[in-house]
Amino acid sequence: MVDSQEGRPGPSTPGAMEELARDPSSRKRFFKLMGGAGAAGAFSIFLAACGDDDEDKGAATTGTAQKKQSGGGDVEIVNYALTLEYVEADFYMAVGASGLFKGKDLELIKTIGDHERQHVDALTAAVEKLGGTPATKPETKFPLDSASSVLDLAATVENLGAAAYLGQAGRIQNKEVLAAALSIHTVEARHAAILNTLIKKSPTPDGAFAKPASMDEVLPKVKPFLVS
Amino acid sequence: MSKSNLAAPELAAVEIQGTTRSTFILRGAVAAGAVYGAGAVTPFVTQALAQSGGGDVEIVNFALTLEYLETDFYRTATGLDGDVAKLAKEFGDQEAEHVDALSAAVKKLGGTPAKKPTFAFPKGNVKAFLKLAQTLEDTGVSAYNGAAPAIQSTEILAAAGSIVQIEARHAAAIRNANGAPGAPEAFDKALQMQQVLDAVKPFIKA
Repeated sequence: MVDSQEGRPGPSTPGAMEELARDPSSRKRFFKLMGGAGAAGAFSIFLAACGDDDEDKGAATTGTAQKKQSGGGDVEIVNYALTLEYVEADFYMAVGASGLFKGKDLELIKTIGDHERQHVDALTAAVEKLGGTPATKPETKFPLDSASSVLDLAATVENLGAAAYLGQAGRIQNKEVLAAALSIHTVEARHAAILNTLIKKSPTPDGAFAKPASMDEVLPKVKPFLVS
Repeated sequence: MSKSNLAAPELAAVEIQGTTRSTFILRGAVAAGAVYGAGAVTPFVTQALAQSGGGDVEIVNFALTLEYLETDFYRTATGLDGDVAKLAKEFGDQEAEHVDALSAAVKKLGGTPAKKPTFAFPKGNVKAFLKLAQTLEDTGVSAYNGAAPAIQSTEILAAAGSIVQIEARHAAAIRNANGAPGAPEAFDKALQMQQVLDAVKPFIKA
């Protein structure tokens, strides 16, 4: 087991949106996340739409309450995605530092890890704009025994991540949040396909239609990687 | 073409992504007409307008047309062998399943599925095949990602999500085979319908 906490830079600064307001490159990234062309307009709609927040976490678990309190529902979903991205980002950080990989494989791990960190930043900003409090970064642990077992685990994690996003798509109320989730969902799918190919598995293990996974299915699979 | 010639004139006023339905279709058609001649384009336009029940039917028919295109692309590819031939066969079969699913979805919504257009793809070597496959799959991903937030039916949205994940997996695998990064950026782009139509127009003959 390797504890990935050491030396890990904080992926989300408290002022992520302030940074967006100042930094043209991260603003550009955020606009791209929020829908590409015309995204500047969408951004202001997004800000306007996120004015209200209902802090009713108890009710967020029931469908009817969620419809009434879309702020709470979306915050819960985005924080769930944020937690998964924290775990993924930590995983690749730990793998990169493990010394198990070099060359092209190490480059791939660094690239995917960088994507996951960008997802963390974007989702943190999204929660803040929804008026919620971003989930705190969990402490993580991963079995890093061999290069082949790590690649197997990476493929499992990415396929699970893609299924997790797909499982939430129909539950998201805010269209801008949905657009952002979709934009991340397909990147997780790309990661999954790359890693499946690397371990000689089909890039499309579900066939022509990807299967979703619910929170109840995903969270127990993530739990072994969390230090409780 | 005047509005009175449209199969469903009321659709001309329907807003699509900041433009109207008629300008959206006609603008693409005019550009296509410049390439293939107006005669080749008219059936495509009248069909596109006639098929639409608006909203979800229109979006699903748009997706259906892209899946027709991808299926045809993989199935008419020649000169492939080894791993690339295997991918083309597997992905072509999956695109055909998407065609069936989306046709069924349009019917379930009470609409008429778009007819399969006639396509023409440039023939070349494996490298040319992979290059075009990469463009088509990346475009497919962005097309779904752009259209999906406008979908009203949760069921249709779930289907679109399930399909776009496969398109993304195709895109990554094809990119890998092509020696390109499977996931070039942390966020996939969303394209609007017009941008997608502009991209695929060269391959639609009628």
